[in-house]
Amino acid sequence: MANLKAIRVRLSSVKSTRQITSAMKMVAASRLRKAQDRIVQLRPYADKLNEILIGLNQALNETETENIYAARKGGPNRVLLILLTSNKGLCGGFNANVIRETRRLITDKYMEQIRGGNLFFMPIGKKGQDVLRRMKLNILEEHNEIYSNLTFENTKVLSDRIINMYLTKEFDRVEIIYNQFKNAAVQRLTTEVFLPVSDHVPGKTEALHSDYIYEPDQVRIVEELIPKSLRIQFYKALLDSFAAEHGARMTAMHQATDNATELIRDLTLQYNKARQAAITNQLLEVVSGAEALKG
Amino acid sequence: MKIEIITPDNRIYAGEIRSVRVPGRKGSFQVLKDHAPIISTLDRGPVIISDEQGNEVRYEITGGVIEVKRNRIILLADAVI
Repeated sequence: MANLKAIRVRLSSVKSTRQITSAMKMVAASRLRKAQDRIVQLRPYADKLNEILIGLNQALNETETENIYAARKGGPNRVLLILLTSNKGLCGGFNANVIRETRRLITDKYMEQIRGGNLFFMPIGKKGQDVLRRMKLNILEEHNEIYSNLTFENTKVLSDRIINMYLTKEFDRVEIIYNQFKNAAVQRLTTEVFLPVSDHVPGKTEALHSDYIYEPDQVRIVEELIPKSLRIQFYKALLDSFAAEHGARMTAMHQATDNATELIRDLTLQYNKARQAAITNQLLEVVSGAEALKG
Repeated sequence: MKIEIITPDNRIYAGEIRSVRVPGRKGSFQVLKDHAPIISTLDRGPVIISDEQGNEVRYEITGGVIEVKRNRIILLADAVI
């Protein structure tokens, strides 16, 4: 016979856990909505910028100007990996996925670089940072504070520095590993090449902008727009990861709340059974006691 | 003539206008109805809109790019101060 008191204690502890997880779920849901709105707001800007760039890209291809953002000859020597994780846990496999992918990249792709000490990391988010530190990898800079005020102006400072490091040949390749936001329940793990910029911008190749006036001229506009679109790409990755984090946390907490509810149901049933058994026992004792007195 | 002013963080302005003056890289210029298609990068400076009623709306941008095509203007601003 299960102990009545033990069950009661357990029940109340599970109940308070459920209260916490369900509150966390609500918080995550409201933050998710905000984060999602910002991605939606960024989209028209990003799309338009991309459209202009695609149309202009031919101008660069036709003239033989050197694209300073393009890939350099020979394999990448010095590589920077940027990991976007969260500062807080309790969000399911969100951070673990990023870390697993990073390990895979290290062993499959960048073995040579890591042996030569030419593989560097920039964790954005405490969870990724902790793991990288434990693995004793080369951490270049840490930027956990960026999530507390995620605006374009703030991320621009960082993306400009990364672009600059590429231009000064400190790195030959920069990749971002992050969770892309699909919807509240689905995050897609993505590894994106930030730099070099691929020579071929995907899109229509027909002369979209043949009848335009350009000021100052096509080449210089492209040169100015490429860093702009890189900054947007970086910002978008951060917003995506931020929204994905809250989505993952909401799902995880929803799951936890459901599990707690089920546990409470089981425990309540157990408690009632035990209580009933105790009452039956007591009744039996009383009745048999009375019988004995009658005799 | 329609205009949209967009920054990465939000949409600043959208609507019908009479004209707009922007700080182009090669000097400030004004866009009126039926302007030829143009793409221009913009410097830091004022964007002055004259709306349908002739009211003046003014924004200070830190830079950006403008596209004008068939009486549709899209202004991508880096930031609005």
